[in-house]
Amino acid sequence: MMAYLLRRLRDAIPILLGVNLLTFTLFFVVNTPDDMAHMHLGAKHVTPQAVAQWKTEHGYDLPLFYNSAHTDIDSVTDTIFFNKSLRMFALDFGAADDGRDIANEIKTRAGPSLAIAVPVFILGLLVNISFALMMVFFRHTYLDGLGVVLAVVLMSISGLFYIIAGQFFIAKLWHWLPISGFATGIDAWRFVLLPVLISVVGGIGSGTRWYRSIFLAEIGKDYVRTARAKGLSESRILFRHVLQNGMIPILTGAVVVLPLLFMGSLLTESFFGIPGLGSYVIDAIQAQDFAIVRAMVFIGAVLYLVGLWLTDIAYSWADPRVRLS
Amino acid sequence: MVMIRAFLLSLLLLLSACDHAVNNSPYPATDKQVNTLYSSFEERPKHLDPALSYSSNESEIIAQIYEPPLQYHYLKRPYTLIPQTLTAMPSVRYLDAAGRVLPDDAPLASIAQSVYELHLRPGIYYQPHPAFARNPQGQLRYAHLTAADWADIHDWRDFKQVGTRELVAADYVYQIRRLASPQLNSPIFGVMAEYIVGLADYSKQLLAVPNATYLDLTRYPLAGVELVNRYTYRIHIRGKYPQFSYWLAMPFFAPVPPEVDAFYHQPGMVAHNFTLDWHPVGTGAYQLTVNDPNRQMVLTRNPNYHPAFYPSDGNEGDAAAGLLRDAGKRLPFIDAQVFSLEKESIPYWNKFLQGYYDLSGISSDSFDQAVELNAQGNPELTPAMRAQGMSLVTAVTASNSYMGFNMLDNVVGGLSERARKLRLAIAIAVDYEEFISIFANGRGIPAQGPIPPGIFGYQDGVQGMNPLVYQNNNGKITRRPIADAQGLLAEAGYPNGRDAKTGAPLVLYFDTAANGPDAKSRLDWMVKQFAKLNIQLVIRGTDYNRFQDKMRRGNAQIFEWGWNADYPDPENFLFLLYGANGKVAHGGENAANYQNPQFDALFDQMKYLDNTPARLAIINQMLALVREDSPWLFGYFPKAFSLRQAWVAPTKPNVIANNTLKYRKIDPVLREKLREKWNQPVLLPLFWLAIVSVILILPALWAWRRHERSRAL
Repeated sequence: MMAYLLRRLRDAIPILLGVNLLTFTLFFVVNTPDDMAHMHLGAKHVTPQAVAQWKTEHGYDLPLFYNSAHTDIDSVTDTIFFNKSLRMFALDFGAADDGRDIANEIKTRAGPSLAIAVPVFILGLLVNISFALMMVFFRHTYLDGLGVVLAVVLMSISGLFYIIAGQFFIAKLWHWLPISGFATGIDAWRFVLLPVLISVVGGIGSGTRWYRSIFLAEIGKDYVRTARAKGLSESRILFRHVLQNGMIPILTGAVVVLPLLFMGSLLTESFFGIPGLGSYVIDAIQAQDFAIVRAMVFIGAVLYLVGLWLTDIAYSWADPRVRLS
Repeated sequence: MVMIRAFLLSLLLLLSACDHAVNNSPYPATDKQVNTLYSSFEERPKHLDPALSYSSNESEIIAQIYEPPLQYHYLKRPYTLIPQTLTAMPSVRYLDAAGRVLPDDAPLASIAQSVYELHLRPGIYYQPHPAFARNPQGQLRYAHLTAADWADIHDWRDFKQVGTRELVAADYVYQIRRLASPQLNSPIFGVMAEYIVGLADYSKQLLAVPNATYLDLTRYPLAGVELVNRYTYRIHIRGKYPQFSYWLAMPFFAPVPPEVDAFYHQPGMVAHNFTLDWHPVGTGAYQLTVNDPNRQMVLTRNPNYHPAFYPSDGNEGDAAAGLLRDAGKRLPFIDAQVFSLEKESIPYWNKFLQGYYDLSGISSDSFDQAVELNAQGNPELTPAMRAQGMSLVTAVTASNSYMGFNMLDNVVGGLSERARKLRLAIAIAVDYEEFISIFANGRGIPAQGPIPPGIFGYQDGVQGMNPLVYQNNNGKITRRPIADAQGLLAEAGYPNGRDAKTGAPLVLYFDTAANGPDAKSRLDWMVKQFAKLNIQLVIRGTDYNRFQDKMRRGNAQIFEWGWNADYPDPENFLFLLYGANGKVAHGGENAANYQNPQFDALFDQMKYLDNTPARLAIINQMLALVREDSPWLFGYFPKAFSLRQAWVAPTKPNVIANNTLKYRKIDPVLREKLREKWNQPVLLPLFWLAIVSVILILPALWAWRRHERSRAL
């Protein structure tokens, strides 16, 4: 397995390089260093000298990819791409354009993002699998039909609606919990409960439908018929055998998103005032802060790759026939 | 049933476990009845360094911390400057080229320099801060932090010792030097370099200093700023620039102690996010004690704040409005202000209605819920808001929102009779009264010129009317009929919107950064306004960067723009039309690139005058010229509507000054009482939830049991 992981690590380098290059190119197609300077210097009294000065101070006065002023290796290294993007391979994210340390900021914001994402992930998985198993148990009955219709209705409603409706009823009308905000420590639960509840409910429709289809595919297989012939109860068949055999597709969907939970949810964080990483990225894009954008895209890419590795490992754990080599 | 009972019990336990007076309070239980003002911020402030900060959301914070030498009188209108840390208003001496003192009424051409002399009040102290802390030997405790020291410092609170020191003139001198620092890029350096003697050269001198992490500006004297003694300094201004006094009321000219700057430039500070840009240090009424721009920022009372008192005089009517009730009382009244991050307007508004914010603006979404028009067409609160004891405060902002023509454009630009009449025709056709009603919920007044109300030069009623676009109907100002616009268009060579020579339809281009569904209705409306004259308006939507770029290069044809006043002087609005400020030619703020030598000559005269009838006469001439040339459709002056909860004492709207927190007052006992009344938990839905759960779960359980007990065949 170690050889397999090392090979995956080797393969990850060109992928990360490509992601970096793509982010860099896309960012600078939309925003020139001059645009960034204007954005940071504000709308009033900005002189060309101030723009030039800002670019020099922040290292954006260099060519993007190739510096024709040099003939040696410096023609490649004395560029914005080399100075700004490649340094991240050493996990040196540097400072944002407003001077704040990016690594420090990520560390601070990861907690609130995880405080929402982890319970949503775990509860969502439990609730969705339970509902799906229940629908499979009552398959071909009116309860299954009703469940499918309900799931489709829930899927069709925008996530924003769940948030606004949840805030309206639970926080505004019934005064059970705060509408938005965040606190550190034990008091955080009061602010986390509502977004978690809303996110779990919002995900029931699609989650249940997905797991139901997985379990329906399993329930018709020979081993289930054998189990029934041996006199096992339906609940034992479902929870013991069907669930275990349905783990591979479940793991595919679940484990790959696990590291990405770290990145937070933009909409939820924005509406509930959660100071997480989702809003960090959007704020950075709006402020045209390339330093943050590139760091977050890089971290996102690394986490995605980690997610894929974890999936592979989980496969071999869930299904002994799968061997990593 | 057992499960349902357990669920309900746990939910109720969860709700009751909360030690808050009401469950939905976003604040800790310890915040009950505290003398704190609660407000929000939508976007994290970019800069809190007084040399850099220029946005209104930043000023709201740093204006409470830093004290520039001057401030605006809280109650007097027109806005009046008064000393803040000075013993008296700065004295101004005029010097000729040989350095001889000139009389106050000396001709402008003879004045080579104006010298502002400022005397500080002794006994003003900075807020407690580790940069001032000293060891028993009298040396600065944290001036030379080592790697070993950093091992114990992770948070701001890890600096165990704090200190203070008296405010001295050298701190003000140091800050003016900072404006030229290439490491800082102050947004006003360009403007100030034109006026402060030697500032431009000073910047070049600093640029030549080899790269260093810390530029100790105490080692580099600046010729135009002179330290006279411990409490006195002088600023030398090139020529005469009366508006400089207004700059002295802005945080750019607030004091920065050199040791604080040195403290923040030590290795390790940036990595811990300890910078002057995030941890301001001032002598003002408040200090920033919590700075978590991802969640909350808290200003608390500065224990070292010098004696300052609520004004005893104001304008007529202030006493009757209860604004002099606290005359002579020591400031500030409120212990703290909490700013919570609130990115979306809906949660913000709902929390305000629940009493968790003390003040609120009114977004378009909630406008109808809060405000209605009475029989006279004046805005007033809806019965629901009145029932909550709220008050509505309105004020015309010191800003304008206009539509500009690029005067360098071949079709709409230039001072020819043809182009002038074309622009005037459009000015009549675009109905800003309708725009204000539809898109601003009536929050604005149509502009008759570039100067907004409250600024010298603005005239109300028929006297201030733009006669080329409006007419006087028995004292009522109405827009000229569209027939007048059509006539002007025909005279411009475009009868019925077609080129008289070629017959081709007149196509104009509106450049905007407004995109997406939100802007569509507004842009469609704009197209319809031009269509009244059969002019085809093509919307050229683009992103903000490209739009700015087009403006800088002069590639836009018609555009929307606006300006927020830096200070309450007509010069700060009329300079937007001054030729030497052209955006394309000079990179200035004249976005329309308007250049009329007559206007420019009048501007040069007006700029140096006091607010006298002579100055008003010149302003009127200038207004007549720009109305005639019509480089702008003057658009409208936005009106700010804000709501105040019942427990917030009346305040006078001030659209210029930012250091007004110290005058605010609240009744925390009433607030707590009303919050509790408004936020009692409603438990009935829990009962219904339980009933619905039972209805859903019981048949399923029954079916499950039946299934499990049934035989296979």
